[in-house]
Amino acid sequence: MRPTVSGEVPGLFGPLELVLEPGRLTCLLGASGVGKSTLLRLLAGLPTGVEFRGRVASQPAALMGQDPGLFSWLSAARNIGLGARLRGQRVDNARVAALIRAVGLEGLERRLPASLSGGQRQRVALARTLAEDRPLVLLDEPFSALDVALRLQIGDMAARLLAGRTVLMVTHDPAEAARLGDRILVMTPAGLTANPAPPGPVPRPHDAPEVLAAQAALTGRLLA
Amino acid sequence: MRALLALIAALLLWEALVRLTGLPPYLLPSPLAVGGALWTHRAEIAPAALLTGWETLLGLMLGAVLGVGTAVAMALWPRLGRALSPGLIVSQTIPVFALAPILTLWLGFGMAPKVAMVVLIVFVPVAQALYDGLMSPPSAQLDVARTMGASNWAELRHLRFPAALPRLASGLRLGAIYAPVGAVIGEWVGGARGLGALMIHANGRMRIDLMFAALFVVVALSLTLYTVIDRSLSRLLRARGF
Ligand SMILES: Nc1ncnc2c1ncn2[C@@H]1O[C@H](COP(=O)(O)OP(=O)(O)OP(=O)(O)O)[C@@H](O)[C@H]1O
Ligand SMILES: [Mg+2]
Repeated sequence: MRPTVSGEVPGLFGPLELVLEPGRLTCLLGASGVGKSTLLRLLAGLPTGVEFRGRVASQPAALMGQDPGLFSWLSAARNIGLGARLRGQRVDNARVAALIRAVGLEGLERRLPASLSGGQRQRVALARTLAEDRPLVLLDEPFSALDVALRLQIGDMAARLLAGRTVLMVTHDPAEAARLGDRILVMTPAGLTANPAPPGPVPRPHDAPEVLAAQAALTGRLLA
Repeated sequence: MRALLALIAALLLWEALVRLTGLPPYLLPSPLAVGGALWTHRAEIAPAALLTGWETLLGLMLGAVLGVGTAVAMALWPRLGRALSPGLIVSQTIPVFALAPILTLWLGFGMAPKVAMVVLIVFVPVAQALYDGLMSPPSAQLDVARTMGASNWAELRHLRFPAALPRLASGLRLGAIYAPVGAVIGEWVGGARGLGALMIHANGRMRIDLMFAALFVVVALSLTLYTVIDRSLSRLLRARGF
Protein backbone atom coordinates (compact mmCIF):
# COMPACT_ATOMS: atom_id res chain seq x y z
CA MET A 1 0.00 0.00 0.00
CA ARG A 2 0.99 3.64 -0.37
CA PRO A 3 0.83 5.52 2.92
CA THR A 4 -1.01 8.73 2.11
CA VAL A 5 -1.98 12.01 3.75
CA SER A 6 -4.26 14.23 1.74
CA GLY A 7 -5.93 17.31 3.10
CA GLU A 8 -5.16 20.67 4.65
CA VAL A 9 -4.63 22.46 7.92
CA PRO A 10 -6.36 25.85 7.59
CA GLY A 11 -3.90 28.62 8.31
CA LEU A 12 -0.89 26.32 8.14
CA PHE A 13 -0.81 24.54 4.79
CA GLY A 14 -3.22 24.38 1.85
CA PRO A 15 -4.58 21.21 0.24
CA LEU A 16 -1.75 18.79 -0.41
CA GLU A 17 -1.26 15.12 -1.02
CA LEU A 18 1.69 13.21 0.40
CA VAL A 19 2.00 9.73 -1.08
CA LEU A 20 4.92 7.53 -0.01
CA GLU A 21 6.37 5.07 -2.50
CA PRO A 22 6.46 1.57 -1.03
CA GLY A 23 9.99 0.38 -0.36
CA ARG A 24 11.45 3.84 -0.99
CA LEU A 25 13.03 6.47 1.19
CA THR A 26 11.31 9.84 0.84
CA CYS A 27 13.05 12.92 2.22
CA LEU A 28 10.89 15.84 3.32
CA LEU A 29 12.36 19.33 3.64
CA GLY A 30 10.84 22.72 4.34
CA ALA A 31 10.98 25.80 6.54
CA SER A 32 10.69 25.44 10.29
CA GLY A 33 7.06 25.43 11.41
CA VAL A 34 5.61 24.62 8.01
CA GLY A 35 4.07 21.36 9.20
CA LYS A 36 6.54 18.55 8.45
CA SER A 37 6.30 16.96 11.88
CA THR A 38 2.55 17.33 11.68
CA LEU A 39 2.42 15.22 8.49
CA LEU A 40 4.61 12.62 10.13
CA ARG A 41 2.45 12.45 13.24
CA LEU A 42 -0.65 12.07 11.07
CA LEU A 43 0.97 9.08 9.39
CA ALA A 44 1.85 7.66 12.80
CA GLY A 45 -1.75 8.05 13.95
CA LEU A 46 -0.74 10.43 16.74
CA PRO A 47 -2.62 13.56 17.90
CA THR A 48 -1.28 16.75 16.29
CA GLY A 49 -2.71 19.73 18.15
CA VAL A 50 -3.75 21.33 14.85
CA GLU A 51 -7.00 20.99 12.94
CA PHE A 52 -6.40 18.66 10.01
CA ARG A 53 -9.12 18.29 7.39
CA GLY A 54 -8.68 15.37 5.07
CA ARG A 55 -7.87 11.70 5.20
CA VAL A 56 -4.93 9.55 6.19
CA ALA A 57 -4.20 6.05 4.97
CA SER A 58 -1.32 4.49 6.82
CA GLN A 59 0.09 1.27 8.16
CA PRO A 60 1.86 0.18 11.36
CA ALA A 61 4.82 2.49 11.75
CA ALA A 62 8.07 2.80 13.64
CA LEU A 63 8.57 6.38 14.80
CA MET A 64 11.55 8.46 15.76
CA GLY A 65 10.03 11.76 16.79
CA GLN A 66 11.74 15.13 16.82
CA ASP A 67 11.82 14.72 20.60
CA PRO A 68 12.99 11.10 20.55
CA GLY A 69 11.40 10.33 23.93
CA LEU A 70 13.98 8.03 25.44
CA PHE A 71 12.82 6.44 28.68
CA SER A 72 15.08 8.19 31.17
CA TRP A 73 15.01 5.32 33.66
CA LEU A 74 16.10 2.67 31.14
CA SER A 75 19.66 2.01 29.99
CA ALA A 76 20.61 2.56 26.35
CA ALA A 77 20.30 -1.16 25.63
CA ARG A 78 16.92 -1.43 27.33
CA ASN A 79 15.66 1.59 25.42
CA ILE A 80 16.65 -0.13 22.19
CA GLY A 81 14.79 -3.29 23.21
CA LEU A 82 11.78 -1.31 24.40
CA GLY A 83 9.34 -2.26 21.62
CA ALA A 84 9.50 -5.98 22.32
CA ARG A 85 9.16 -5.38 26.05
CA LEU A 86 6.10 -3.17 25.54
CA ARG A 87 4.42 -5.79 23.38
CA GLY A 88 5.22 -8.53 25.88
CA GLN A 89 7.62 -10.24 23.47
CA ARG A 90 11.07 -11.63 24.15
CA VAL A 91 13.81 -9.06 23.59
CA ASP A 92 16.25 -10.17 20.87
CA ASN A 93 19.50 -9.36 22.66
CA ALA A 94 21.72 -10.28 19.72
CA ARG A 95 19.84 -7.84 17.56
CA VAL A 96 20.08 -5.12 20.18
CA ALA A 97 23.84 -5.71 20.41
CA ALA A 98 24.18 -5.55 16.63
CA LEU A 99 22.29 -2.25 16.51
CA ILE A 100 24.43 -0.82 19.32
CA ARG A 101 27.48 -1.62 17.19
CA ALA A 102 25.84 -0.21 14.09
CA VAL A 103 25.28 3.18 15.73
CA GLY A 104 28.70 3.13 17.39
CA LEU A 105 27.63 2.96 21.02
CA GLU A 106 29.67 -0.06 22.18
CA GLY A 107 30.58 0.29 25.82
CA LEU A 108 27.73 2.69 26.54
CA GLU A 109 24.89 0.17 26.51
CA ARG A 110 24.37 0.26 30.29
CA ARG A 111 24.36 4.05 30.56
CA LEU A 112 21.19 5.95 31.36
CA PRO A 113 20.16 8.58 28.77
CA ALA A 114 20.94 11.47 31.13
CA SER A 115 24.60 10.46 31.12
CA LEU A 116 24.87 10.40 27.31
CA SER A 117 25.64 13.30 24.96
CA GLY A 118 22.89 14.69 22.74
CA GLY A 119 24.25 12.89 19.69
CA GLN A 120 24.65 9.65 21.61
CA ARG A 121 21.04 9.90 22.77
CA GLN A 122 19.94 10.48 19.21
CA ARG A 123 21.78 7.34 18.12
CA VAL A 124 20.03 5.32 20.85
CA ALA A 125 16.69 6.59 19.54
CA LEU A 126 17.65 5.70 15.97
CA ALA A 127 18.70 2.20 17.00
CA ARG A 128 15.41 1.81 18.87
CA THR A 129 13.48 2.77 15.76
CA LEU A 130 15.54 0.46 13.54
CA ALA A 131 14.86 -2.39 15.99
CA GLU A 132 11.16 -2.14 15.19
CA ASP A 133 10.12 -4.44 12.39
CA ARG A 134 7.51 -2.23 10.77
CA PRO A 135 6.69 -1.73 7.08
CA LEU A 136 6.63 2.05 7.52
CA VAL A 137 9.41 4.00 9.20
CA LEU A 138 9.00 7.67 10.16
CA LEU A 139 12.12 9.62 11.09
CA ASP A 140 11.92 13.26 12.23
CA GLU A 141 15.36 14.90 11.86
CA PRO A 142 17.13 11.72 12.98
CA PHE A 143 20.70 13.04 12.57
CA SER A 144 20.29 16.69 13.57
CA ALA A 145 22.58 16.38 16.61
CA LEU A 146 25.43 14.51 14.92
CA ASP A 147 28.77 15.82 13.67
CA VAL A 148 29.56 15.72 9.94
CA ALA A 149 31.46 12.43 10.04
CA LEU A 150 28.84 10.60 12.11
CA ARG A 151 26.08 12.10 9.99
CA LEU A 152 27.58 10.50 6.89
CA GLN A 153 28.44 7.22 8.55
CA ILE A 154 25.18 6.71 10.49
CA GLY A 155 23.06 8.08 7.66
CA ASP A 156 24.55 5.55 5.24
CA MET A 157 24.15 2.77 7.77
CA ALA A 158 20.49 3.67 8.35
CA ALA A 159 19.75 3.86 4.63
CA ARG A 160 21.22 0.37 4.17
CA LEU A 161 19.34 -1.11 7.12
CA LEU A 162 16.12 0.48 5.92
CA ALA A 163 16.43 -0.75 2.34
CA GLY A 164 13.13 -2.22 1.19
CA ARG A 165 11.02 -0.39 3.76
CA THR A 166 8.80 2.59 3.17
CA VAL A 167 10.54 5.49 4.86
CA LEU A 168 9.65 9.13 5.43
CA MET A 169 12.58 11.15 6.70
CA VAL A 170 12.26 14.80 7.68
CA THR A 171 15.53 16.74 7.40
CA HIS A 172 16.82 20.28 7.18
CA ASP A 173 20.01 19.21 5.43
CA PRO A 174 19.99 19.33 1.57
CA ALA A 175 23.18 17.23 1.46
CA GLU A 176 21.48 14.50 3.46
CA ALA A 177 18.42 14.54 1.20
CA ALA A 178 20.61 14.35 -1.91
CA ARG A 179 22.54 11.37 -0.51
CA LEU A 180 19.71 9.40 1.08
CA GLY A 181 16.48 10.29 -0.71
CA ASP A 182 14.97 8.08 -3.41
CA ARG A 183 12.55 10.95 -3.61
CA ILE A 184 12.92 14.50 -2.34
CA LEU A 185 9.91 16.62 -1.41
CA VAL A 186 9.91 20.25 -0.37
CA MET A 187 7.03 21.51 1.73
CA THR A 188 5.72 25.10 1.68
CA PRO A 189 2.42 26.53 2.92
CA ALA A 190 1.22 26.16 -0.70
CA GLY A 191 1.85 22.42 -0.75
CA LEU A 192 4.45 19.83 -1.72
CA THR A 193 6.77 19.93 -4.70
CA ALA A 194 8.94 17.04 -5.85
CA ASN A 195 12.61 17.73 -6.52
CA PRO A 196 14.54 15.41 -8.81
CA ALA A 197 16.75 13.03 -6.83
CA PRO A 198 20.22 12.16 -8.15
CA PRO A 199 20.49 8.85 -9.99
CA GLY A 200 21.73 5.68 -8.31
CA PRO A 201 20.75 3.64 -5.28
CA VAL A 202 20.95 5.14 -1.80
CA PRO A 203 23.13 5.81 0.09
CA ARG A 204 24.98 7.78 -2.55
CA PRO A 205 28.55 9.05 -2.12
CA HIS A 206 28.52 12.52 -0.62
CA ASP A 207 31.00 13.89 -3.18
CA ALA A 208 29.57 12.48 -6.42
CA PRO A 209 29.00 15.34 -8.91
CA GLU A 210 25.30 14.52 -9.34
CA VAL A 211 24.80 14.48 -5.58
CA LEU A 212 26.57 17.82 -5.19
CA ALA A 213 24.52 19.28 -8.03
CA ALA A 214 21.26 18.05 -6.51
CA GLN A 215 22.32 19.45 -3.14
CA ALA A 216 23.03 22.85 -4.70
CA ALA A 217 19.73 22.88 -6.57
CA LEU A 218 17.85 21.92 -3.44
CA THR A 219 19.60 24.60 -1.39
CA GLY A 220 18.55 27.10 -4.06
CA ARG A 221 14.95 25.95 -3.80
CA LEU A 222 14.92 26.26 -0.03
CA LEU A 223 16.35 29.79 -0.25
CA ALA A 224 13.83 30.87 -2.88
CA MET B 1 25.23 20.82 60.90
CA ARG B 2 23.57 24.22 60.73
CA ALA B 3 20.32 22.63 61.93
CA LEU B 4 22.18 21.21 64.93
CA LEU B 5 23.62 24.63 65.80
CA ALA B 6 20.19 26.19 65.53
CA LEU B 7 18.79 23.50 67.81
CA ILE B 8 21.50 24.10 70.42
CA ALA B 9 20.92 27.84 70.25
CA ALA B 10 17.17 27.38 70.72
CA LEU B 11 17.73 25.09 73.73
CA LEU B 12 20.11 27.61 75.31
CA LEU B 13 17.61 30.38 74.76
CA TRP B 14 14.84 28.27 76.27
CA GLU B 15 16.98 27.41 79.32
CA ALA B 16 17.89 31.06 79.77
CA LEU B 17 14.25 32.13 79.44
CA VAL B 18 13.08 29.67 82.10
CA ARG B 19 15.86 30.70 84.51
CA LEU B 20 15.46 34.44 84.03
CA THR B 21 11.66 34.52 84.29
CA GLY B 22 11.51 31.92 87.04
CA LEU B 23 8.56 30.20 85.38
CA PRO B 24 7.38 27.29 87.53
CA PRO B 25 8.25 23.88 86.00
CA TYR B 26 4.54 22.89 85.77
CA LEU B 27 4.06 25.69 83.24
CA LEU B 28 7.28 25.42 81.27
CA PRO B 29 10.06 23.06 82.32
CA SER B 30 13.61 23.88 81.30
CA PRO B 31 15.35 21.72 78.70
CA LEU B 32 17.57 20.33 81.43
CA ALA B 33 14.50 19.29 83.41
CA VAL B 34 13.04 17.67 80.29
CA GLY B 35 16.31 15.82 79.70
CA GLY B 36 16.23 14.69 83.31
CA ALA B 37 12.66 13.43 82.92
CA LEU B 38 13.66 11.63 79.76
CA TRP B 39 16.33 9.78 81.71
CA THR B 40 14.40 9.00 84.91
CA HIS B 41 11.35 7.77 83.03
CA ARG B 42 13.26 5.87 80.37
CA ALA B 43 11.72 2.56 81.47
CA GLU B 44 8.31 4.05 80.77
CA ILE B 45 9.19 6.01 77.63
CA ALA B 46 11.15 3.37 75.71
CA PRO B 47 8.36 0.76 75.37
CA ALA B 48 5.87 3.54 74.59
CA ALA B 49 8.13 4.85 71.82
CA LEU B 50 8.59 1.34 70.48
CA LEU B 51 4.84 0.79 70.31
CA THR B 52 4.15 4.15 68.67
CA GLY B 53 6.99 3.58 66.20
CA TRP B 54 5.63 0.16 65.34
CA GLU B 55 2.09 1.47 64.80
CA THR B 56 3.49 4.22 62.61
CA LEU B 57 5.53 1.85 60.46
CA LEU B 58 2.68 -0.62 60.03
CA GLY B 59 0.24 2.14 59.15
CA LEU B 60 2.71 3.75 56.78
CA MET B 61 3.29 0.51 54.90
CA LEU B 62 -0.39 -0.43 54.76
CA GLY B 63 -1.38 3.10 53.73
CA ALA B 64 1.29 3.17 51.03
CA VAL B 65 0.20 -0.19 49.63
CA LEU B 66 -3.47 0.84 49.67
CA GLY B 67 -2.66 4.21 48.12
CA VAL B 68 -0.56 2.68 45.34
CA GLY B 69 -3.22 0.03 44.66
CA THR B 70 -5.98 2.63 44.49
CA ALA B 71 -4.04 4.96 42.18
CA VAL B 72 -3.10 2.10 39.85
CA ALA B 73 -6.69 0.84 39.72
CA MET B 74 -7.92 4.38 39.02
CA ALA B 75 -5.43 4.77 36.19
CA LEU B 76 -6.22 1.36 34.74
CA TRP B 77 -10.01 1.89 34.76
CA PRO B 78 -10.64 5.50 33.73
CA ARG B 79 -14.26 5.33 34.88
CA LEU B 80 -13.15 4.38 38.37
CA GLY B 81 -10.58 7.16 38.23
CA ARG B 82 -13.14 9.78 37.21
CA ALA B 83 -15.51 8.57 39.92
CA LEU B 84 -12.95 8.52 42.72
CA SER B 85 -10.70 11.48 42.01
CA PRO B 86 -13.13 14.13 43.37
CA GLY B 87 -13.47 11.87 46.40
CA LEU B 88 -9.73 12.00 46.99
CA ILE B 89 -9.82 15.78 47.03
CA VAL B 90 -12.87 15.95 49.31
CA SER B 91 -11.33 13.47 51.71
CA GLN B 92 -8.35 15.78 52.09
CA THR B 93 -10.67 18.41 53.54
CA ILE B 94 -11.86 16.05 56.29
CA PRO B 95 -9.92 16.60 59.53
CA VAL B 96 -8.98 12.96 59.83
CA PHE B 97 -8.13 13.42 63.50
CA ALA B 98 -11.80 13.97 64.23
CA LEU B 99 -12.35 10.37 63.19
CA ALA B 100 -10.15 8.99 65.97
CA PRO B 101 -13.00 8.46 68.47
CA ILE B 102 -15.08 6.66 65.85
CA LEU B 103 -12.16 4.43 64.92
CA THR B 104 -11.76 3.53 68.60
CA LEU B 105 -15.46 2.76 68.75
CA TRP B 106 -15.23 0.50 65.72
CA LEU B 107 -11.89 -1.16 66.28
CA GLY B 108 -11.50 -1.23 70.06
CA PHE B 109 -8.65 -0.09 72.25
CA GLY B 110 -5.81 -2.16 70.81
CA MET B 111 -3.35 -1.28 68.09
CA ALA B 112 -5.89 -1.49 65.26
CA PRO B 113 -7.48 1.99 65.53
CA LYS B 114 -4.06 3.65 65.81
CA VAL B 115 -2.76 1.83 62.74
CA ALA B 116 -6.01 2.66 60.93
CA MET B 117 -5.52 6.33 61.79
CA VAL B 118 -2.06 6.28 60.24
CA VAL B 119 -3.38 4.41 57.20
CA LEU B 120 -6.04 7.08 56.66
CA ILE B 121 -3.47 9.84 56.92
CA VAL B 122 -0.94 8.21 54.59
CA PHE B 123 -3.35 6.79 52.05
CA VAL B 124 -4.70 10.03 50.59
CA PRO B 125 -1.46 11.87 49.74
CA VAL B 126 0.07 8.70 48.33
CA ALA B 127 -2.94 7.86 46.15
CA GLN B 128 -3.38 11.47 45.05
CA ALA B 129 0.27 12.06 44.15
CA LEU B 130 0.68 8.77 42.30
CA TYR B 131 -2.61 9.15 40.43
CA ASP B 132 -1.60 12.63 39.26
CA GLY B 133 1.72 11.22 38.05
CA LEU B 134 0.09 8.26 36.31
CA MET B 135 -2.30 10.57 34.47
CA SER B 136 0.42 12.90 33.14
CA PRO B 137 3.07 10.76 31.45
CA PRO B 138 5.75 12.53 29.40
CA SER B 139 4.21 13.07 25.97
CA ALA B 140 7.10 12.08 23.67
CA GLN B 141 7.48 8.82 25.57
CA LEU B 142 3.74 8.24 25.33
CA ASP B 143 3.93 8.70 21.54
CA VAL B 144 6.68 6.09 21.42
CA ALA B 145 4.74 3.59 23.52
CA ARG B 146 1.58 4.06 21.47
CA THR B 147 3.28 3.59 18.09
CA MET B 148 5.07 0.54 19.44
CA GLY B 149 1.67 -1.02 20.11
CA ALA B 150 1.76 -1.16 23.91
CA SER B 151 -1.39 -2.43 25.62
CA ASN B 152 -2.94 -0.26 28.33
CA TRP B 153 -1.41 -2.48 30.95
CA ALA B 154 2.07 -2.41 29.34
CA GLU B 155 1.82 1.36 29.00
CA LEU B 156 1.00 1.63 32.69
CA ARG B 157 3.67 -0.78 33.80
CA HIS B 158 6.55 0.32 31.58
CA LEU B 159 5.84 4.03 31.14
CA ARG B 160 3.24 5.63 33.39
CA PHE B 161 4.30 3.96 36.61
CA PRO B 162 8.07 4.44 36.35
CA ALA B 163 7.57 8.00 35.12
CA ALA B 164 5.36 8.69 38.16
CA LEU B 165 7.88 7.40 40.71
CA PRO B 166 9.09 10.89 41.71
CA ARG B 167 5.48 11.89 42.41
CA LEU B 168 4.93 8.71 44.40
CA ALA B 169 8.05 9.55 46.39
CA SER B 170 6.69 13.01 47.27
CA GLY B 171 3.43 11.42 48.37
CA LEU B 172 5.32 8.97 50.58
CA ARG B 173 7.44 11.75 52.09
CA LEU B 174 4.31 13.71 52.92
CA GLY B 175 2.75 10.57 54.41
CA ALA B 176 5.87 9.90 56.49
CA ILE B 177 5.74 13.39 58.00
CA TYR B 178 2.16 13.03 59.21
CA ALA B 179 2.19 9.32 60.06
CA PRO B 180 3.59 9.50 63.65
CA VAL B 181 1.14 12.30 64.51
CA GLY B 182 -1.65 9.96 63.43
CA ALA B 183 -0.48 7.23 65.77
CA VAL B 184 -0.12 9.68 68.67
CA ILE B 185 -3.63 11.08 68.16
CA GLY B 186 -5.00 7.54 68.05
CA GLU B 187 -3.31 6.82 71.38
CA TRP B 188 -4.53 10.08 72.82
CA VAL B 189 -8.16 9.28 72.18
CA GLY B 190 -8.32 5.65 73.06
CA GLY B 191 -5.50 3.80 74.67
CA ALA B 192 -3.40 3.23 77.72
CA ARG B 193 -0.11 2.67 75.93
CA GLY B 194 2.18 4.48 73.51
CA LEU B 195 3.62 7.98 73.55
CA GLY B 196 0.22 9.63 73.02
CA ALA B 197 -1.25 7.94 76.09
CA LEU B 198 1.88 8.75 78.06
CA MET B 199 1.54 12.43 77.16
CA ILE B 200 -2.15 12.55 78.17
CA HIS B 201 -1.43 10.90 81.49
CA ALA B 202 1.59 13.09 82.21
CA ASN B 203 -0.50 16.12 81.43
CA GLY B 204 -3.25 14.97 83.76
CA ARG B 205 -0.76 14.48 86.58
CA MET B 206 0.81 17.89 85.90
CA ARG B 207 4.05 16.15 84.95
CA ILE B 208 4.81 18.69 82.27
CA ASP B 209 8.48 17.68 82.13
CA LEU B 210 7.47 14.11 81.27
CA MET B 211 5.00 15.42 78.71
CA PHE B 212 7.73 17.42 77.05
CA ALA B 213 10.07 14.44 77.20
CA ALA B 214 7.48 12.31 75.37
CA LEU B 215 6.90 15.13 72.89
CA PHE B 216 10.62 15.28 72.26
CA VAL B 217 10.64 11.56 71.51
CA VAL B 218 7.71 11.96 69.06
CA VAL B 219 9.62 14.66 67.20
CA ALA B 220 12.81 12.58 67.16
CA LEU B 221 10.83 9.58 65.90
CA SER B 222 9.21 11.62 63.13
CA LEU B 223 12.48 13.17 62.02
CA THR B 224 14.26 9.83 61.98
CA LEU B 225 11.47 8.19 60.00
CA TYR B 226 11.34 11.06 57.53
CA THR B 227 15.09 11.18 57.09
CA VAL B 228 15.39 7.43 56.50
CA ILE B 229 12.52 7.42 54.00
CA ASP B 230 13.67 10.59 52.27
CA ARG B 231 17.24 9.32 51.89
CA SER B 232 16.27 5.87 50.61
CA LEU B 233 13.74 7.29 48.16
CA SER B 234 16.28 9.79 46.83
CA ARG B 235 18.86 7.05 46.41
CA LEU B 236 16.37 4.76 44.65
CA LEU B 237 15.30 7.52 42.30
CA ARG B 238 18.85 8.58 41.52
CA ALA B 239 19.78 5.00 40.66
CA ARG B 240 16.90 5.00 38.18
CA GLY B 241 18.00 8.16 36.44
CA PHE B 242 15.66 10.69 38.05
N1 LIG C 1 0.37 20.83 19.86
C1 LIG C 1 0.25 21.92 19.08
N2 LIG C 1 -0.65 22.87 19.38
C2 LIG C 1 -0.79 23.97 18.61
N3 LIG C 1 -0.04 24.20 17.53
C3 LIG C 1 0.88 23.30 17.18
C4 LIG C 1 1.07 22.10 17.93
N4 LIG C 1 2.05 21.40 17.35
C5 LIG C 1 2.45 22.11 16.30
N5 LIG C 1 1.75 23.26 16.19
C6 LIG C 1 1.92 24.27 15.16
O1 LIG C 1 1.83 23.66 13.91
C7 LIG C 1 2.80 24.21 13.03
C8 LIG C 1 3.59 23.10 12.39
O2 LIG C 1 4.36 22.44 13.36
P1 LIG C 1 5.35 21.27 12.95
O3 LIG C 1 5.91 20.72 14.20
O4 LIG C 1 4.65 20.33 12.05
O5 LIG C 1 6.47 22.06 12.15
P2 LIG C 1 7.78 21.49 11.43
O6 LIG C 1 7.63 21.73 9.96
O7 LIG C 1 8.06 20.11 11.87
O8 LIG C 1 8.89 22.49 11.99
P3 LIG C 1 10.40 22.18 12.44
O9 LIG C 1 11.22 22.09 11.20
O10 LIG C 1 10.75 23.41 13.22
O11 LIG C 1 10.38 20.94 13.26
C9 LIG C 1 3.67 25.16 13.85
O12 LIG C 1 3.34 26.47 13.49
C10 LIG C 1 3.30 24.87 15.27
O13 LIG C 1 3.28 26.07 16.00
MG1 LIG D 1 9.41 19.27 13.10
